[in-house]
Amino acid sequence: MILVVDLCYRENSLSRDEFVRPVEQILGKAGAPFVVRHYAAVTAQDVEGADAAILCGTALRDTGFAEHPEKFRWLTAFERPVLGISSGMRALAAAFGGDTEPCCAIGMTDVRVLAPDPLFAGTEVFPAYGVHECTVQVPDGFVALAASDACVQAIRHRSLSIYGLLFHPEVRNEWILERFIELSGAALP
Amino acid sequence: MKLGVLFSGGKDSTFACWKAMQQEEVACLITVTSRNPESYMFHTPNVHLAALQAEAAGLPLVEAETAGEKEEELLDLKRALLRARDEFGIEGVVTGAVLSVYQAARVQRVCRELGLWSFNPLWLVDQDAYMEDLIDAGFKVVIVGVFSCPFDESWLGREIDRRTLDELRAIARKYQTTLTGEGGEFETFVVDAPFFSRRIAFEEVSRVYRNYNGVLRVERAGLVAR
Repeated sequence: MILVVDLCYRENSLSRDEFVRPVEQILGKAGAPFVVRHYAAVTAQDVEGADAAILCGTALRDTGFAEHPEKFRWLTAFERPVLGISSGMRALAAAFGGDTEPCCAIGMTDVRVLAPDPLFAGTEVFPAYGVHECTVQVPDGFVALAASDACVQAIRHRSLSIYGLLFHPEVRNEWILERFIELSGAALP
Repeated sequence: MKLGVLFSGGKDSTFACWKAMQQEEVACLITVTSRNPESYMFHTPNVHLAALQAEAAGLPLVEAETAGEKEEELLDLKRALLRARDEFGIEGVVTGAVLSVYQAARVQRVCRELGLWSFNPLWLVDQDAYMEDLIDAGFKVVIVGVFSCPFDESWLGREIDRRTLDELRAIARKYQTTLTGEGGEFETFVVDAPFFSRRIAFEEVSRVYRNYNGVLRVERAGLVAR
């Protein structure tokens, strides 16, 4: 079971269809069971029952999630695969002590893979869609996995399958989400 | 949150408007009319009827014109959004973008410059489920432009009902096109929606058609009871 976390400004918001539904569609197609929770409503039971977690993105002006770091503290003890997308990467990095730094981009950009990793295996450069005001500083215990000319685009925990992606893989890079599902072993046989 | 909907009168922006109404307050529709039929951003057939659709919806309409030159039209869009912000106090903009990264990114950049939220409730929507939802919700959508094979003259003026949707499905499979016309295969016009108080009746239309390229231009139309 994958725990999909909605980071938008409220539960069932107008942004949900833009940032959560596309991820749900990909999980559904891949046959991976999932449950969606708003970040403010994630329970200890949700966390305990999850084999992996995906933190979805938000609209550019939607940064309310960043004012509630306590809602993401469970990530530091989770130890199972995590994929934080855009705002989800920011929340993930913050939980591990990583700050943000300004880097605004809206649209397609080329992402270069910096270090070998099963998530990007076989790909060196790919175009990706980003909508962000800032990127994250790589937290202690993490490495930079990919970057654009402007900023860090992907990070990973040194020993765990905990990833943050600044770009939106659900837009034109569904393969990355599919690969994460494989890595997490969450797809039905 | 008060929102303005970037409105062309076609199915995507009208459905996006309806979705926005379920969650937030839609304060106005915003229509940018392009003098260039090849506009990169703003679709053109029958956008002159947006005022009638706005009247049916009981919403004010902010109208702006653009010459439709590639980057120049972004400035015209910015002016239109600025007017909507000043006149109706909108805090965000809704679009009917489905797959176009080009369109979505440009609108989001303008929104950012103006301090507005951006919403794309149809973004990456499952096309089959979307078309079903559209019909189930009571939208009456008519094809008013055809721009690719096999959409010939007989398609102009056809309503997308269940039978037509089945035909569109077969065409999408056979020709590897999109079911929604997202690839520019056809353009639509909404004559009735769940939030319209009356429906739009075409009183006089003209057709221009040649080689799988044609437009049904509505010369005169009015509002009638359902």
